[in-house]
Amino acid sequence: MSTFGIKILQKGRNKMWSVVIGFSGFLMLVAATYDLLPVGLFILVISLTLISFGIILYAYEAYRDVPEGIKNNHNFFNSLSSRGWLGWLTGMVLTGFYILLYWFPEYLGQGDKSNTGLVAFFDPLSQLLKKQNASQWFVYGVLYTLAILIMGVKFIWKYRHSKYQLIRTLSVIFFQLAFAFLIPEFMLRLNMPYNDFKNMWPLNYYFFDGWHLQEMMQNGNIGWLMLIWGVLMIVVVSPVLTYFFGKRWYCSWVCGCGGLAETAGDPFRHLSDKSIAAWKVERYLIYSVLVFSVVMTAGVLYSFYSGRPSIAGIDTASLRSIYGFLIGSAFSGVIGVGFYPLLGSRVWCRFGCPMAAILGIQQKFFSRFRITTNGGQCISCGNCSTYCEMGIDVRAYAQKGQDIVRASCVGCGVCSAVCPRGVLRLENGSIDIFDRAKKVRN
Amino acid sequence: MSKIAIIGNGISGVTAARFIRKNSMHEVVLISEESEYFFSRTALMYVYMGHMRWKDIQPYERGFWKKNKIDLIQARAESIQFDKKCIQLNNGSTVNYDYLILATGSKSNKYGWPGQDLSGVRGLYHKQDLEYLERCSPGIRRAVIVGGGLIGIELAEMFQSRNIPVSFLVREPQFWSMILPEEESKMINRHILEHGIDLRLNSQLKEINGNEAGNVHSVTLDSGEEIKCDYVGLTAGVSPNIKFIESSEIETDRGILVDEYLRTNIPDVFAIGDCAQLRKPRKGRRDIEAVWYTGRMMGECVAQTICGKQQIYDPGIWFNSAKFFDIEYQVYGQVPSKMTDDLESFYWAHENGKKSIRIVYEKTQQTVVGFNLMGIRFRHEVCEQWILRKSALDKVLEEIRLAFFDPEFYEDCSAELLEIYRQKSGKKIEATAGWRLDEANLFLNKNNQKT
Ligand SMILES: Cc1cc2nc3c(=O)[nH]c(=O)nc-3n(C[C@H](O)[C@H](O)[C@H](O)COP(=O)(O)OP(=O)(O)OC[C@H]3O[C@@H](n4cnc5c(N)ncnc54)[C@H](O)[C@@H]3O)c2cc1C
Ligand code: SF4
Ligand code: SF4
Repeated sequence: MSTFGIKILQKGRNKMWSVVIGFSGFLMLVAATYDLLPVGLFILVISLTLISFGIILYAYEAYRDVPEGIKNNHNFFNSLSSRGWLGWLTGMVLTGFYILLYWFPEYLGQGDKSNTGLVAFFDPLSQLLKKQNASQWFVYGVLYTLAILIMGVKFIWKYRHSKYQLIRTLSVIFFQLAFAFLIPEFMLRLNMPYNDFKNMWPLNYYFFDGWHLQEMMQNGNIGWLMLIWGVLMIVVVSPVLTYFFGKRWYCSWVCGCGGLAETAGDPFRHLSDKSIAAWKVERYLIYSVLVFSVVMTAGVLYSFYSGRPSIAGIDTASLRSIYGFLIGSAFSGVIGVGFYPLLGSRVWCRFGCPMAAILGIQQKFFSRFRITTNGGQCISCGNCSTYCEMGIDVRAYAQKGQDIVRASCVGCGVCSAVCPRGVLRLENGSIDIFDRAKKVRN
Repeated sequence: MSKIAIIGNGISGVTAARFIRKNSMHEVVLISEESEYFFSRTALMYVYMGHMRWKDIQPYERGFWKKNKIDLIQARAESIQFDKKCIQLNNGSTVNYDYLILATGSKSNKYGWPGQDLSGVRGLYHKQDLEYLERCSPGIRRAVIVGGGLIGIELAEMFQSRNIPVSFLVREPQFWSMILPEEESKMINRHILEHGIDLRLNSQLKEINGNEAGNVHSVTLDSGEEIKCDYVGLTAGVSPNIKFIESSEIETDRGILVDEYLRTNIPDVFAIGDCAQLRKPRKGRRDIEAVWYTGRMMGECVAQTICGKQQIYDPGIWFNSAKFFDIEYQVYGQVPSKMTDDLESFYWAHENGKKSIRIVYEKTQQTVVGFNLMGIRFRHEVCEQWILRKSALDKVLEEIRLAFFDPEFYEDCSAELLEIYRQKSGKKIEATAGWRLDEANLFLNKNNQKT
């Protein structure tokens, strides 16, 4: 047999081992859910390490002796990444996990006083970090952060020829690990209110809830700092950054939902629907959610300051809980992540996120950000459209040689990376941007 | 209102149809045998490699055709009675027209090699070629590719993605050496080998050998060597697909002969795209250019003419781009594979052996006439302006950063480039421009020169 053949065989064998290793770690988590494993930091660490190691080994095997460059080979033949049975199975497992997490945490072992099962399995780590027992949200936070970390490593391997992808991925990993996970946990440990400093209203829909406002105002300087920072983010920081860099500064460099979509969701990005019909649904849905969230927030603020529980006969608390249930849990969690293998990685960002809607409006009308196209070199191959996780038909613009200014573009840069003819580039220009953009908008 | 029939739903035919619709309410019927809907031929390889599905390489949704009132007929035109303005289709029906646009594209070349019609021997051009390859693939233990052009290397990449070992026969001493200068050619040679392809330079096919069942089982080279294989990809170029009208009164040479308005010798009949051959091509350009964007330009041009805004076909300054496995290639203007007496070139290559810039200039005046880029993206409009304005080499190098189109955070190689140039020329030149979009736009706004 040729050396070529041997290499492939070896690769297959190592990949098989990596799957075995990763799965054994995962099975430990499943076993813990059924109280089949003793609780202890050591065994928890073993389980998480096996999962991480398995995935990283797999990625290493997949990319190690492949020259740098885009390798999307077999994406549409692979059962996992093309809505085959593996894709459906993964979707069901993820969705199931989210349903338990949000509505039936007791099945994960979340207890009133003491935990059992999976949540108890994470108690030692939680104790270590913040001297408290774990909650289902802590379990979720650890797994979420781990997913971004490990799949981030895989992502970097895959796109290692692109510095933009490398830096952007390191950025989302950093913000998830430090700002979304470690800092809030330490704040709890220091008996301060939980706060994710990069999380912004309206994505963070409880920011203006009475209990949250109270919590911040009752916590002295640090609480006020949180409040002021939160408001500054909305009215100053975010618009200014979006003016200069487009919404990408948040959606694909900082945001946790975006972070998960970019890393763990990457194998599914091509599944987003590019049809005109989907675009229509998208616009109705996302702006409806935005309106809903604004109305709901106005309502809870009104109740907070007036002390009256309802306006014009509408109970603001129930408005709030409908939003929390439908949008905060069902849409962003269950569908948003659970449906990765079926609808692509940015279902939530594309169809539901009110934050994305606001940033999108700014991006479309006031931002310098656009994707420029290089002369008439587009060969209409469709790689850009296929790999756009936001379902934008990039090709439709590129083949006309137009700059691309779209509210939904998160600036991930993958369209530019996969284009075989170097047609696309992400840019923040200032000269004649309004003229250029106007041509596109009309 | 007239009725316009277009034969061929490739990029040229479809662009013509779209622009006729944009400019008028003429009746448009698009006839093609190959596929129901327009697809990007350039993306065939990505379907085989699993990057995209068939539907992803079709730029327009089904509803597009109905909405724009473009009738589609999936059939083959067998013959045309030009005097009666009537097309006979292979399904027995006929189509009448007021104007006819021939956009029948190309077909793969076969040079009469013994065994070229065995099963398992095929070119890569049509949708059916891809389907055939897909059917054969499970049984292929080794493939041989004959002909070292752009389609050849794409085919090599396709096989490689399925872990099928490939022997790649190139007649010349370097890959694509008719087009690429030697250094660039060598870079691609190395890159092909790096991908585990058995690249055979200076190798000519002598014979394709089959078994009793008529399947290919090996090829014999000029050297006498025999390579066992289960598939032979013929990729030694393409030529205009005009067989069905060659015997009619339409004037043809290698392709259908057209004037600067893309008119054939028959009134109201036009030819565009790969099948058209210009009687008088623009200086520095060829009479048949089988590339995507010229098809698009011709389609747009012919649509204007038919809709009453007579327009001369002017493709401007030559450009092209391709990708050899992971190395992108761009060319603007004149870049001969061997410098002629009046031309010289300045060449820089990155130490990683995967990036290079070549600037071709005219010897006496030092004016820049062409760019050849490997692994580096340049901004098309900027290069075009330099060539049009006959900018001097020094000036171009000072402004070189205006041209970089690489994504953000890429290594800016201008410092190294300038340093090498200083050493070679003994001149003291300094960069005067940045790489930002703003500066490039200012430059373009200031120098908005048309071709
Ligand atoms: C694999 C491959 C990769 C390529 N990559 C590139 C690239 O990267 N960049 C680039 O610039 N160019 C590329 N090309 C070349 C480019 O695809 C062609 O130049 C372009 O498609 C020509 O378009 P066209 O409209 O003239 O003809 P075609 O696309 O060939 O379309 C002609 C159509 O007419 C149909 N037809 C022909 N005769 C009849 C008849 N008698 N009745 C009915 N229908 C008929 C054919 O079946 C065909 O569907 C590539 C070509 C191939 C094959
Ligand atoms: S258009 Fe490009 S940069 Fe924007 S979201 Fe889609 S793939 Fe990412
Ligand atoms: S990937 Fe590039 S060449 Fe292909 S359709 Fe998109 S812009 Fe055009």
